[in-house]
Amino acid sequence: MPYALCFLLFMIGLYCAVVKKNMVKIVIGLAVMEYAVNLFLIMLGYRTGGAAPIIDKTYLEPGTTQITANFINTSVDPLPQALVLTAIVISLGSLALIISICIRIYERYGTFDITEIRRLRG
Amino acid sequence: MTRVLPAFVLIPLVMAFVLPLFGKKGKNAATVLANLATITLLVLAIACVGKKGVYQVGNWSISVGIILVLDGLSSLMLLAIGVVSAAAMLFSAKYMEQYTAKSKYLSLFMLMVAGMNGLVLSGDLFNLFVFLEIASLASYALVGFGCEHEELEASFKYMVLGSVASSFILFALALVYGNTAYLNMACVAKAIQTSGLNAGLMFALALFIVGFGLKSALVPFHAWLPDAHPSAPAPISAMLSGIIIKTLGVYSLARVVFNIFGVSVQISWLLIALGVLSMVVGVFLAVGQWDLKRLLAYHSISQMGYVVLGIGIGALILAQNGNVAWASLAILGGLFHLVNHAVFKTLLFLTSGSIEMSTGTRQIKALGGLVEKLPFTRAACTIASASIAGVPPFNGFWSKLILVVAAIQAGLFGLAAVTVIVSLVTLISFLKVQRYIFLGELPENLQGIKENRGTMLAAMVFLACLCVLMGLLVIVPSLRESILEPAVKVLTAGPGYWASAGIIKM
Repeated sequence: MPYALCFLLFMIGLYCAVVKKNMVKIVIGLAVMEYAVNLFLIMLGYRTGGAAPIIDKTYLEPGTTQITANFINTSVDPLPQALVLTAIVISLGSLALIISICIRIYERYGTFDITEIRRLRG
Repeated sequence: MTRVLPAFVLIPLVMAFVLPLFGKKGKNAATVLANLATITLLVLAIACVGKKGVYQVGNWSISVGIILVLDGLSSLMLLAIGVVSAAAMLFSAKYMEQYTAKSKYLSLFMLMVAGMNGLVLSGDLFNLFVFLEIASLASYALVGFGCEHEELEASFKYMVLGSVASSFILFALALVYGNTAYLNMACVAKAIQTSGLNAGLMFALALFIVGFGLKSALVPFHAWLPDAHPSAPAPISAMLSGIIIKTLGVYSLARVVFNIFGVSVQISWLLIALGVLSMVVGVFLAVGQWDLKRLLAYHSISQMGYVVLGIGIGALILAQNGNVAWASLAILGGLFHLVNHAVFKTLLFLTSGSIEMSTGTRQIKALGGLVEKLPFTRAACTIASASIAGVPPFNGFWSKLILVVAAIQAGLFGLAAVTVIVSLVTLISFLKVQRYIFLGELPENLQGIKENRGTMLAAMVFLACLCVLMGLLVIVPSLRESILEPAVKVLTAGPGYWASAGIIKM
């Protein structure tokens, strides 16, 4: 069920990016799509009532470097969190670039409406 | 040999951050440095031909760490990136003098090269996504580099569709991770082979095809390309059409479909359909264009169709358990056309840049009789036009011949006919270019123009020589066995490739 809602969020973002005529709304749609994907990644590693994936002494078998089965069964998956951090940084970069291009377009054309920004055809 | 692999990413990445420090006064030094970097990368790529290796970043084990994989396919792509970026950078040395902020341009250019080199070497899916984004972000910025009305509009359009594609690819990645618990290509392929495809993985494959299809501008997804490629400065158009759409699109698509998910009959037909649609629609849209760079951009769509068609036919024969030799031939045709297209389309865009710099226009109707004023540009343009139209003995002829033979061997006679017809229409389109630009009356306002010599000419001559000589890559057996065939073998080995290459144990 959460996965379906996440997919719904993704589709809302896609709809917004494809249908809207205002450049800023398109950018918001792209951002919503990226958030939906990030949320999906985080949910893959989520575990209700799970522990943080940090190994300290209580999670090691006494006297060895073996990790206890208890830790493996309760901790959340750390990899999606690392992936999401990277993905957020990338989407920050691309959002900053696209917003700056929007500002430049507004300076040139004086509008955010993409139906009026049509010098290219063919 | 594996020790040099990080250099392919590190050299351009370090350059990208060092070059802007030179500022306005040191821009000549920055240009020389950037050229040295691209030429070094080309030399390294040549040195890597025929070599294999895995580099584990930080010595982490393969299933958890980042790995760089050098194999036949990556070294072919590295070679193509090296040739195109060296030529485009040489051309930029003089061409980009018209723009301000040259050192920023050089920095973005280097970032793009770093992204592409990393992408083809990357051995895990998430790393592939990160490098794909690095290259895409640099190319969005470069398309809008002139900051005029059209350029900004094209850049916005490109960015919106590119970001949608990236989201699709990231979503597909998440699905793959959720279903197999791996991101490393080798481990994912193994997991899929043992457990088979489920609904989630099928959906991921569909998302991958749409995402990479958008990046490589195959026909239903091509809307951004005819705006974005002509709007960029000429060397960047050459990079975008010459290599970006191939590494970001077709290379990644082939890698994912062949080496991770494995081919099936439906996916092969999908690839063939995308290829044929791109070929036909692209070429018919191109014939009616009167803007030189826009015409070339539409031809890029059409030629990418050839590449995907070749790969699709190969996949079909493999999926039907047909003769591997004929499948190899089809894939060889596709990959050879990919490399050929990188060379001749780069050359065509560079000549269009040379014409635009001399005359100040790229409208075909406003030009004419340039044969006396721009003799070298004319020679280069004619060679490249003959190549793209498939006139023997230039390189385009050989790859198209292989594709036609492969289509006939696969029993797809209709496709073979379409290939030949599209090639003829391409010829007509380029005869128009030759006729209106170089022959006929010289307009009065163009009487005083001069050809740009120096580095721009050197770049064009280098690529023109390659266009003439590249037929040798298939004719001479030793060259074919060392450059093209290892790349084909990577794809024909399918998802079992990683185990057979010794990257993971089964």
